[in-house]
Amino acid sequence: MAIHELGVKDLAERVRARELSASETVSAVFTRIKNVESTIQAFLHLDPDYARMRAQVIDQLPADELKNLPLAGVPIAVKDNMTTVSMPTTAGSKILSGFMSPYNATVVNRLEAAGAIIVGKTNLDEFAMGSSTEHSAYHTTCNPWDIRRVPGGSSGGSAAAVAAQMVPAALGSDTGGSIRQPASYCGVTGFKPTFGRISRYGLIAFASSLDQIGPLTRSVEDARLLYEVIAGHDPLDATSLPGELDVSRGPLPHWRDIRIGVPKEYDGEGIDPRVQERYHEVLAFLRDQGAQLVDLSLPHTRYAISAYYIIAPAEASSNLARFDGVRYGFRHPAADLLSMYETTRTEGFGSEVTRRILLGTHALSSGYYDAYYLKAQKVRTLIRQDFERAFDQVDVILTPTTPEVAFKFGEKSQDPLQMYLSDVFTVTANLAGIPGISTPAGLISDVPVGVQWLGPVLQEGRLLQIAQAFEQLWPSVPWPSVGGDL
Amino acid sequence: MRKYEVIIGLEVHVELKTRAKLFCGCSTEFGAEPNTHTCPVCLGMPGVLPVLNRQAVVYAIKAALALECTVHSYSKFDRKQYFYPDLPKAYQISQYDQPLAEHGHVPIFNDGAVVKTVGVRRIHLEEDAGKLNHLGQRLGDAKGSLVDLNRAGVPLIEIVSEPDMSSADEARLYLTELRNILSYLDISDLRMEEGSMRCDANVSLRPSGYTGSVEDLPRVEIKNVNSIRNVQRGIEFEIARQAEFLANGERIVKETRGFDDQSGRTYSQRSKEEANDYRYFPEPDLPPLVLSDVFVREVKDTLPPSTQALRQELRTAGVQPKDVEVILADHSALAFWRQATTLFGDARMVTNWMLSDLSRLLNTHGHSFATTPVSPEALVGLLNLIHRGTLSGRMAKEVLDNMYETQRSAEEIVKDLGMSQITDADAIKKVVEETVASHRPVVEDYLSGKEKALGFLVGQVMKKTKGQAKPDVVNKILKDVIREYAEKI
Ligand SMILES: [Zn+2]
Repeated sequence: MAIHELGVKDLAERVRARELSASETVSAVFTRIKNVESTIQAFLHLDPDYARMRAQVIDQLPADELKNLPLAGVPIAVKDNMTTVSMPTTAGSKILSGFMSPYNATVVNRLEAAGAIIVGKTNLDEFAMGSSTEHSAYHTTCNPWDIRRVPGGSSGGSAAAVAAQMVPAALGSDTGGSIRQPASYCGVTGFKPTFGRISRYGLIAFASSLDQIGPLTRSVEDARLLYEVIAGHDPLDATSLPGELDVSRGPLPHWRDIRIGVPKEYDGEGIDPRVQERYHEVLAFLRDQGAQLVDLSLPHTRYAISAYYIIAPAEASSNLARFDGVRYGFRHPAADLLSMYETTRTEGFGSEVTRRILLGTHALSSGYYDAYYLKAQKVRTLIRQDFERAFDQVDVILTPTTPEVAFKFGEKSQDPLQMYLSDVFTVTANLAGIPGISTPAGLISDVPVGVQWLGPVLQEGRLLQIAQAFEQLWPSVPWPSVGGDL
Repeated sequence: MRKYEVIIGLEVHVELKTRAKLFCGCSTEFGAEPNTHTCPVCLGMPGVLPVLNRQAVVYAIKAALALECTVHSYSKFDRKQYFYPDLPKAYQISQYDQPLAEHGHVPIFNDGAVVKTVGVRRIHLEEDAGKLNHLGQRLGDAKGSLVDLNRAGVPLIEIVSEPDMSSADEARLYLTELRNILSYLDISDLRMEEGSMRCDANVSLRPSGYTGSVEDLPRVEIKNVNSIRNVQRGIEFEIARQAEFLANGERIVKETRGFDDQSGRTYSQRSKEEANDYRYFPEPDLPPLVLSDVFVREVKDTLPPSTQALRQELRTAGVQPKDVEVILADHSALAFWRQATTLFGDARMVTNWMLSDLSRLLNTHGHSFATTPVSPEALVGLLNLIHRGTLSGRMAKEVLDNMYETQRSAEEIVKDLGMSQITDADAIKKVVEETVASHRPVVEDYLSGKEKALGFLVGQVMKKTKGQAKPDVVNKILKDVIREYAEKI
């Protein structure tokens, strides 16, 4: 197995055992990136010098320090909406072109403290608003399985980088499905933990009450390894949750002990029949393994997209107001203050971001607040209660991750509403704050499809175990060959 | 007869003197080099999050309890959104519909008597904005503006009164008592000239016969006036201006006005019609502020005595109501008074010397009771000399002047200058006998019933002793000597 094909667990074990140096790992990774990045374009910034320097530091550590590093020498890509002092942080927007953050995001500090090596920053839809990475102000990113197709979004760069085996793991952020949907489109594992489990300090906010950072990896075990490093209370984030992580490990559960919820709202209209068929195959397979399938209803799911597209733009309109050209980032010169604000923001933001700012501004306007924002928050409570009731009966809920497989470039970019609907199965987890993970479920016409596992609040350990049990049983497929791949 | 009723409500912003800002660890110190007390959080850099400063919450609760408010066990933060270069995030984290505390009271006093009780509608916590320094007169015609974000994120409480005041004078009294109360909590510098206490005054006139609600009257807000005196002046001007409008049958426009302290006039800034829609919504980065009864009680236990209790203390000691208010209004004056009265029993005498002669000197030299060169101990040293009869009142004033200049003790000065009042009865008796001997006709006059003659004789004795004899002692001895003289005849 080539170095770039190794996962997080294997790499870290070998580096800790000094069977492999961090420097060798980094150099293998950059060779791989050199070969395929021109085809995929997953990255907005790469910093080989910084990565080599960090690798040397790790290689020079005394053995007793090295053996305590859970991610020793593991190259990791970070979505470009998380701040790094070593590289620019643009959030995929022109308005932050060349922006250098004066501080690292908490997750970046935690990764580095665990021995990981940040190799670059990945592409995304501008400010994480989108489902295809087509809304990046810089360039698009190709799906490694079929370069005519999008990698999904908004963490499209992270998903593509992991699928193209440029890095064993990447961080993404998930506001309405932005980790799980691209994971499904690119055939990787994408995990969004409970809201508040991972510090948002240093994550450029899109919708503060929905945003959550999480890993994209090539296995559930690797997702767990990253999760255990980056999760936990952070005094810099007042919404981060105190308390111990659920790190339940031990033997994987038996399917006969697991009750799987099958919500009818995730299995009907608007879903690609091939995706639906695969979902049913997975359910049948698990029933055969002894799992108890429980039909249930999450009745308020039908209002989720509407509520989401009120709450997320409302918060975004506020979060993005600071990009005013006064202190940092792009500024369009103008005769007076008001025109400076107007031209800077008009020029600096792309069309999708502008659309959401307008939507959100309207939703919060005097006279509309109660009808939109307040009502959407009530829907949100109902959705959370739907899940609470469901988890009284079942251990986990299984759904398709997305209604369809990766679409082709331009197919939806002219129709925002169609684009929004690709979040239909993922937004509920953000609205309810519960953890969710997308794992690959094979290919459909040579492109991947995923299934989504949803668990109760703060029970990440159990959720990961169930997902891992599935991963071990369900047949895996070889990784895609990409461009200059041999 | 007046054709209208004046309705005044005040919004007072008070900067809390916590060590750190409301949502980050930066210093709140006033007067540092521009933009040196800043960090990614208070600069509103991408990705930062606020973390609530617990000390600020404690200070706000103290203020709320001292103003007799109900402190809510559940309150929340909201974003107030508008674009301005002094507001880095383009929103201010404040509290909108669920403030920290509500329903308080401030009694207002005039010459020691309660005039009325003004309601406190609400108190909430929020962050301050930065400061713009315009290179020019106003933002409109400035050549440029410099942004200083040292103040951005400094904790503020906003205290909103009910529209319970009906004159500029009542507004002054309310502010004075508000400042009294807050000053004893030691939670703010309360310096209006530095902006650590700021006041906006809402003034409206209710024409007689108006039956609608007060809230619907056109309200004029006078913004950011920099002293209590100027709040009073601004309101006086505004009442007169609006009264003239009413008299002429013109409509008063709801607007925001500034105050020019040169001319004493208010001027239009912007009308409320073109005001911002702040698009308030709950701050998603901060959990609700949940305060347990136990916690609020713990804070309550740390409160100093109320201004009411202090008033009682001063009055019981015999201080005149008017003087009580003067001492109360100055934190360090009260500390001075307390220290002096524990050393010297006659509280009235302490008060008189503090508020007349010492205050005069402090004012002349631009000092205060916080910076006075004459300590309570030193003043008491002087009072002791008066009490023992060593110094007359007039002499003591001279000594005090000298003490102020040289910072020496009264005893030292008296000794150096040989300034002691003659109390030795024998010494005085000698002078009296000489005087009686050399003014026999006057003595005869006195004996024949002319009381005035005695005054002349006292004057003569005082003259000979260069004023150092104690007049009442002279009087007594003189009478004794004259009696002896009369018996001899
Ligand atoms: Zn700061």
